[in-house]
Amino acid sequence: MYQYIIKRVLLTIPTLFGAAALVFLLMRLIPGDICLVRLGGGGASFDPKALIACHAEIGVDRPVIVQFLEFIWGLCRFDFGTSMWSGKPVATEILARLPISLEIALLATTVAVSIAIPLGAISALKQNTWIDVFVRIFAIGGIATPSFWLGIVSVLLVLDVTGWATGTPWMPPIDYVPIWKDPIRNLSMAILPAITVGYRYAAVSMRMTRSAMLEVMREDYIRTARAKGLINKIIINRHALKNALLPVVTLIGIEFAFLIGGLVVTEQVFNLNGVGRLFVQAVQNQDYTLTQALVMLTVAIFVFTNLVVDLLYGWLDPRIRFA
Amino acid sequence: MRSWFLKAALAMVLALPAAAQTPKQGGTLNYMIAADGGPSLDGHKETTYAVLHATAPFYSNLIRVNPENPSSTTDFICDLCTEMPKPTNGGLTYTFKIRKGVKFHDGSPLTAHDVAVSWNRIVFPPAGVSSAREASYPMVESIEAPDDTTVVFKLKFPTLSFMPALADPWSYIFSAKVLEKDQHFYERNIMGSGPFKFSGYEIGQAMHGVRNPDYYYPGQPHLDGFNAIFAPKQQTRVDAMRADRAALEFRGMSPTARDQLVKELGDQVTVQESDWNCGNVFTPNHKRKPFDDVRVRRALFMAVDQWKGAEALRKIAIVRTVGGIVYPGSPFAATKDELASFPGYATDMEKSRAEARRLLKEAGAEGLTLEMLNRNVDQPYIIVGTWLVDEFRKIGVTVTQNIVPTGPWLDKMRTGDFALAMEANCQMVVNPIADSGRYLPHEIYKENFAYHDDPVQVDIYNKMVRETDPAKARVLMRAYEKQVLDIGAHQLPTLWFYRVVPMRSYVKGWKIGNSHYLNQNLANIWLDR
Amino acid sequence: MSATVIDDAPLPQRSFWQSTLRFCRRQPLGTFGLILVIVMAVTGFTAEWISPYNPTANDFAAMTEAPSWDHLLGTDQFGRDLMSRIIYGARTALIVGLTSAVVGGFSGLVIGVASAYFGGLTDLIIQRVSDIVMAFPLIIMALAVVSIFGPGVHNVILAITIPLIPRCSRVVRSSALTIRSMPYVDAARACGFGHTRIILRHMVPNVVAPFLIMVTSFVGQAILAEASLSYLGLGVQEPVPAWGLMLQGGAEEYASTAPWIAIFPGVAIMLAVLGINLFGDALRDALDPKLRER
Repeated sequence: MYQYIIKRVLLTIPTLFGAAALVFLLMRLIPGDICLVRLGGGGASFDPKALIACHAEIGVDRPVIVQFLEFIWGLCRFDFGTSMWSGKPVATEILARLPISLEIALLATTVAVSIAIPLGAISALKQNTWIDVFVRIFAIGGIATPSFWLGIVSVLLVLDVTGWATGTPWMPPIDYVPIWKDPIRNLSMAILPAITVGYRYAAVSMRMTRSAMLEVMREDYIRTARAKGLINKIIINRHALKNALLPVVTLIGIEFAFLIGGLVVTEQVFNLNGVGRLFVQAVQNQDYTLTQALVMLTVAIFVFTNLVVDLLYGWLDPRIRFA
Repeated sequence: MRSWFLKAALAMVLALPAAAQTPKQGGTLNYMIAADGGPSLDGHKETTYAVLHATAPFYSNLIRVNPENPSSTTDFICDLCTEMPKPTNGGLTYTFKIRKGVKFHDGSPLTAHDVAVSWNRIVFPPAGVSSAREASYPMVESIEAPDDTTVVFKLKFPTLSFMPALADPWSYIFSAKVLEKDQHFYERNIMGSGPFKFSGYEIGQAMHGVRNPDYYYPGQPHLDGFNAIFAPKQQTRVDAMRADRAALEFRGMSPTARDQLVKELGDQVTVQESDWNCGNVFTPNHKRKPFDDVRVRRALFMAVDQWKGAEALRKIAIVRTVGGIVYPGSPFAATKDELASFPGYATDMEKSRAEARRLLKEAGAEGLTLEMLNRNVDQPYIIVGTWLVDEFRKIGVTVTQNIVPTGPWLDKMRTGDFALAMEANCQMVVNPIADSGRYLPHEIYKENFAYHDDPVQVDIYNKMVRETDPAKARVLMRAYEKQVLDIGAHQLPTLWFYRVVPMRSYVKGWKIGNSHYLNQNLANIWLDR
Repeated sequence: MSATVIDDAPLPQRSFWQSTLRFCRRQPLGTFGLILVIVMAVTGFTAEWISPYNPTANDFAAMTEAPSWDHLLGTDQFGRDLMSRIIYGARTALIVGLTSAVVGGFSGLVIGVASAYFGGLTDLIIQRVSDIVMAFPLIIMALAVVSIFGPGVHNVILAITIPLIPRCSRVVRSSALTIRSMPYVDAARACGFGHTRIILRHMVPNVVAPFLIMVTSFVGQAILAEASLSYLGLGVQEPVPAWGLMLQGGAEEYASTAPWIAIFPGVAIMLAVLGINLFGDALRDALDPKLRER
């Protein structure tokens, strides 16, 4: 088992390096210049000397290979450099925005997983009954609805309903306070985005649980267990669920990693000062250092999540472990 | 053109009752900034209003636009000076007397020395310091502070465009002592002498300020403090105003947002509107065929019905006024009759479009399929672009839009990698003569991407800059305009923007101006509740 | 191959129509989904004939008009007929959705199965590259594609397809890995069957069920991805009619004053993705060999 773990961990290194090279290359292929955006974005005139000074300040006037090596060397030391846009350390920029994104991701995941697995399993066991139909429609609704549309509609609905009911429309706060300073305000800001994101997450997981359970319930060994006279409950918990969970766990893992990317749109909709919004800004400003750091962060989360999933896999299915 | 009279009158009528009320002291203003947090906090270095809206309340300027009359293009008042000087020495010397007893927020006194050092930083930036508006001051020869209360500006040549340039809202007065220690201090820190003191900044989230009890205008500021929250999405801002999470946003909203707020909130919201010193410029790339042919350019301009377009687009976009190259509210602007003969300003569209088709045929450029570069911003770039595409369709020219984010948009224009482009033209204090320099050929004005040559145009401009008699300057301006729009048909200014600022009715004291960079220090704002 | 005969009774042969009818009776939800998909496809194909107006013609006399007999679904802020834009939008959605899903899905299928089957170094390399592509955020990919190649439907398809491939290959691989260790694959090897035959005739059919669900959900995901990218300004450009693009400018600004601008494109997206997914689910249920009636 340890060999497996070490092997998997070592394998993450080429992935990370490949991602670093890819993002470095892609950013420099996009035409444009952050200094131009910074100085000329408003449509007014600016001094050409300011442009040159800006280039020197952020270091893009050095040879590309030097910039790349500095980037890789910085990654190894966990030094992500300074943002080209603001001049502040990248770590500061990201850490300032991490709390709200993490909070929503975790809230959404908790909500999603805690309703998806039970509902998906029940729906499979009671296939074609009204429970199944309801769950399937609920799940499909989650997949079919664009999440940002749902977000927009939900904010408007809340505004309209509270306005009609109490006379003053209510909207979640637009500035963030940490959960320990003012839990109610903090949660009222996080709840709508968490639901919007979690709905889709739950829907996808629900469907996968259902289809995996359906497959497993048809397996020969389940039939054997039934023939042996085992109670249904034991069959489900000890045999069916554990095997059905394999693809479900993969999916939940993958989806969580994608959640971080999906936060981009959600944060735009709800005006959250999170990592997703920072990402959009960094990309549109062509802030190389910040974008590179954010991509590496996303990739690292993804790789780590996959590692955990793979290890769980190995624990759940001995055949894979020894393959 | 007459509409600006009406608007000014309306604004003044609306302003009168507010001036009659006595401002209440106290309260915290929550307002929003319609952008993500800007790069640094240094007013000399940056150009995005996101920085200005967040930092202006902390600083003083030498002179500024009159906050009681911010739409005026000539009414400047003193901020740190004691009275507006008359130029001496044949228009070459301006001597300012600085107020006594002004203090920085750290307690140190502000003297003429600080003013001179700050202005030198703007006009003659030291090595390693970048000043974004250095090029606005070609006329300045030197800036000195012979004693603690006098600042002297010496010019190279007399010009009408100096005072408006001096009223630039970005010209914060920094502490010379602080700058001596660290020229880059103000990029990351705030320490000024303005009506508010810095009290907190969450990166990308919000800026906080509290009242400066030692402010040199007695009785001001009326507010106890403010919170400026960054909110780049318009719908968030609208919703926040509905729910009173914030009272207003200073840049301007679309007419639809205003309509929605008025419908939802009734008399709990007040709307101020004004013409805006911003516009788009439709620019053909003269270095690309067939735009090197003046007939093709004229034809394209002639296809556009600006008058009907203005009527329709003003309902859905932040545009309103048809104008030439000068801000429509300025005495230097062309009247409707003066514009009527230029391509793009015709009222008889059938005739105009028929002539356009004829010109295209003559130039052998029928049935063109073209691409127009545009910026990835809905209001109003994409809307104006979508409108133009349909106008060109009416003369048989098929145009598709190449909409890209700001970075690639600027880049493609700078490298000349486009056929047609939608440029931006946003200035601050209305400075008609300096502003019209924007249409000069690229060698002279680096932000003009028409890539054309026109020595006649340059000649007229140089004469106009040195002309000190306003009447004669206006005549030259008409000739300049004719050269740019008609004889040379180099670029077409499309509709001038329109500022619509709805605010919760308890916010009083602020008057809208023609630029979202002006009148942002919040000193005269008070809350009626 | 002689003496012992296992049950050799042939399965009842059914004509295509009989199978279809059977499907419709068994899977009402799936049939509903199929109908939605067919409606969308027909609409997209016949857009030029059935669309009442030119979808990109501005009509400033008729801005933001409520649904009426003149404009069945109302008009948007430029006065363009919403129904025509939705009809043409179906075409864009179909093109984007189908192309991305089919190309992405099949590439992913081949890569995933091959990776599982061959194992070893091949598997390792393919998985690493897949990881990189899959971890890479869609927005950067899309921005890079749009900025470098310019906007337009083709480039949006490219930007959407790339992330789909590794997603598909990963799930296919995980299923294929399970199958690979099953007895019948070993038996087939023992019989001396070649790689291709084993992959195509034994592994692929058993991977088909999760694969089909993947591809149908891909079509839906691609349509949603286009909507998201357009919302961020990186998708199809004005004035091309596309549902996602219609939700960008119009949706929020006019939600109070002209809600039809946001509602109808949103509903169109939902119905399309709903239909595709319902049909895909039902198809999978019908095709799964384990679930098939004996």
